[in-house]
Amino acid sequence: MTNTLLILILLGLMALAYHLGVRRSQKLVGGPGGVRGLHSLPSYYGFFTALWCGLPALIMLLLWVSLQGSVIRDLIVSDLPEAVRNLPEARLGLVINDIQNLAQGNIVSGEVSPEMAQAAEHYKSLLRTSYAASFVVILSLAIAGLSLGWRLISPQFRARNRVESVLKWLLIGCSTIAIFTTLGIVLSVLFESIRFFGQIPITEFLFGLEWSPQMAIREDQVGSSGAFGVIPLFVGTLLIALIAMLVAVPIGLMSAIYLSEYAGSHFRAYAKPLLEILAGIPTVVYGFFAALTVAPFIRDNGELLGLDVSSESALAAGLVMGIMIIPFISSLSDDVINAVPQTMRDASLGIGATHSETVKKVILPAALPGIVGGILLAVSRAIGETMIVVMAAGLSANLTVNPLQSVTTVTVQIVTLLVGDQEFDSPKTLAAFALGLLLFLVTLILNVVALRVVRKYREAYE
Amino acid sequence: MSKSEQQQARTIDRVNTTLAQRYGRERRFRRFGFFAVVLGLAFVGVMFLSIIGKGYSAFQQTRILLDIEFTESVIDPSGERDPAVLSSANYSALIKNSLRALYPEVKDRKEKRELYGIVSNGAALILRAKVMADPTLLGSQAQLWLPADDDIDMLVKGYIDRTVVQSERRVKDNVIAWIEKLESEQKIGKFFNTTFLTGGDSREPELAGIGGAVMGSLYTLIVTLLLSFPIGVAAAVYLEEFAPRNRWTDLVEVNINNLAAVPSIVFGLLGLAVFINFFGLPRSAPLVGGMVLTLMTLPTIIIASRAALKAVPPSIREAALGVGASKMQTVFHHVLPLSMPGMLTGTIIGMAQALGETAPLLMIGMVAFIVDIPGSAMDPATVLPVQIFLWADSPERAFLEKTSAAIMVLLGFLIVMNVLAVILRKRFERRW
Repeated sequence: MTNTLLILILLGLMALAYHLGVRRSQKLVGGPGGVRGLHSLPSYYGFFTALWCGLPALIMLLLWVSLQGSVIRDLIVSDLPEAVRNLPEARLGLVINDIQNLAQGNIVSGEVSPEMAQAAEHYKSLLRTSYAASFVVILSLAIAGLSLGWRLISPQFRARNRVESVLKWLLIGCSTIAIFTTLGIVLSVLFESIRFFGQIPITEFLFGLEWSPQMAIREDQVGSSGAFGVIPLFVGTLLIALIAMLVAVPIGLMSAIYLSEYAGSHFRAYAKPLLEILAGIPTVVYGFFAALTVAPFIRDNGELLGLDVSSESALAAGLVMGIMIIPFISSLSDDVINAVPQTMRDASLGIGATHSETVKKVILPAALPGIVGGILLAVSRAIGETMIVVMAAGLSANLTVNPLQSVTTVTVQIVTLLVGDQEFDSPKTLAAFALGLLLFLVTLILNVVALRVVRKYREAYE
Repeated sequence: MSKSEQQQARTIDRVNTTLAQRYGRERRFRRFGFFAVVLGLAFVGVMFLSIIGKGYSAFQQTRILLDIEFTESVIDPSGERDPAVLSSANYSALIKNSLRALYPEVKDRKEKRELYGIVSNGAALILRAKVMADPTLLGSQAQLWLPADDDIDMLVKGYIDRTVVQSERRVKDNVIAWIEKLESEQKIGKFFNTTFLTGGDSREPELAGIGGAVMGSLYTLIVTLLLSFPIGVAAAVYLEEFAPRNRWTDLVEVNINNLAAVPSIVFGLLGLAVFINFFGLPRSAPLVGGMVLTLMTLPTIIIASRAALKAVPPSIREAALGVGASKMQTVFHHVLPLSMPGMLTGTIIGMAQALGETAPLLMIGMVAFIVDIPGSAMDPATVLPVQIFLWADSPERAFLEKTSAAIMVLLGFLIVMNVLAVILRKRFERRW
């Protein structure tokens, strides 16, 4: 961990630089008493020097670390024998991996040829050189920066403004991370998806009725044709989301109405946080509950009624997902119901309506856009929910709307395609990214629509 | 009767005829609402009860009292106390000897194998650790409580019905007879299960523990906290205090709101494509897990921090600016300290979210079977929720109990974090 050491040394140098900056600024105006003659407080001169010392060096370090790997790799490859250099990209990667493992003293796949041993030695020496060079370059950069910053200090020098503008750029940088994240998501799923659609036509993906992503790896393999039709997955996802909504919307909405319109403050103070516990439980716990408690319960009771229930039925996953979403719906509806002006309630009660008539005929219509927005957000969550369905729903892509049968969902397929060993170029792996793109787009559209609806509604009463 | 009086009587009559019905509807509506709340609360109760009911027994471990003779001729025939010899010696032979002495009537080979099976495979490792720590034990005799096999554990805890036909239960009649003999001699008992809390993962349920997963979660959360708190606060400060109203900041805000609702598995895809395949960071490492969870929790922290900044009244800012502080000094010396409790509350809630998250970590390979307890953020590791997911898939009955107990530990951590957030809010939040 030479880099850790380097960073520690840099931090030490920055502390030294701060101290030197403060001392010099005070000395220039004749001791701590003369601070009045400075443009900025002494500490800003300290920060200024420390920034000059640390920033260029840290940027250099970052560049070094990110480039070091590929530069060394290229150097190693150019030294390998002709026959190895002309190997396909993937095999070459394996060779390089072996060389690196050899250099680090790890286990190597296959035999060690003299060329490889030599290459490993070369690799080690290159790495050592690189580290030594980075030490020298970065530390001299830090010291150069320190002395430059130190020299720039003068009583009229506007150190505070400089430090503050650096700080501001740092803040701006942090705030753009959200954009980079979105960009990263879009690009990473988009690129892989485009490669996928190069192998499987997009129409087959969107409108195909069959999903069985096993591709034949060898020519003579049987029984793995590979079909990438997303319709069964989508029907399964929507079926489970629908069941979840059938559970969550009535219970969530009614409990929000009861808690905000009927319940006494005492009952509300206890019931509301207790209900919100449901929102804090990790989804893997719901998945466990669905797979080991609810699913056997439904199967056994279904058998009593003479129904043929699959042990991984959509019903179990949907029910438990519904429970998970109850607090989501109830707290969103609660907010919207409380935002309906009291005057509307008073007017309705004043002309003789009962409380429930007020709720049904006045409050709910007024709150409807907000509630619909909340439900849309909840649907988007249900579609993107992963752990419950991975643990409680099945893997077989049945095109069915029977809630007692096993269905599979988009998220389940992403997990099964990507967990475990995979080769990165097969359509099987790429399909997961295409599914991810689909999932991202669908939830994005739902979220945008929901946020629009909610915002539009809010303007009406404020 | 005048015409207007007639009209009035008719209206009130009409109201009266339907009044009972309307009141009935009112009562039904009210009851329906109450029922919904009770149903929601019942779900909470059922879930907690079912998990605690399944999991509490995992905190106990069945052990068997055996007379172990540390026979020198078995462990160290040369008598040189060479650590390499001591480490590779056949300690299970000691256990087998002791069991044979306990049940001299067992002669059949198949039966013998069943007899040896009542003690866990891990018992030999315990003996080895004892001898390695203190070689003078060799040649002596000791009575030791050694862990039983998971099937025996289940039997003693009462999860296996002894009255069922032999072919339908995992433990055979002769084994039950041996255990009953041990029970009558009080040589089998239940002890607090330290292995479960400190051990790494294992294929043997009686040796499996959550120690490795807890350490993995800890490293992951530390990375997440170190990255997401400074970045989140900085982003919130910029957006709330400095950003001009323009299209760029609008774009940033829309992005943050949308990211808050993107399914977590998509962040896993991002981590796989960018951090692992593009930057070549190691798979299964808490470092990568922490980075993915950072991106996921950032929106939560930014939104909470902005709310906390908004809650600081403008008078504070105006006063600071009035005595000559710069904009930056106003924010960092006055506004930020005042909004810190709110920001910390938001951060703790974000961390609780990150602690319970599973799906994105599956994508970046934190599902591997890892026995060793990770020692740094670069070691392969798994986290508590993923461990729960892995155990939930295991067929052994004993893992059901372990899974529930691991869930109890996870929920315990979450409750502590949330209570901390509530206390922080109650104690330090100021109403202006």
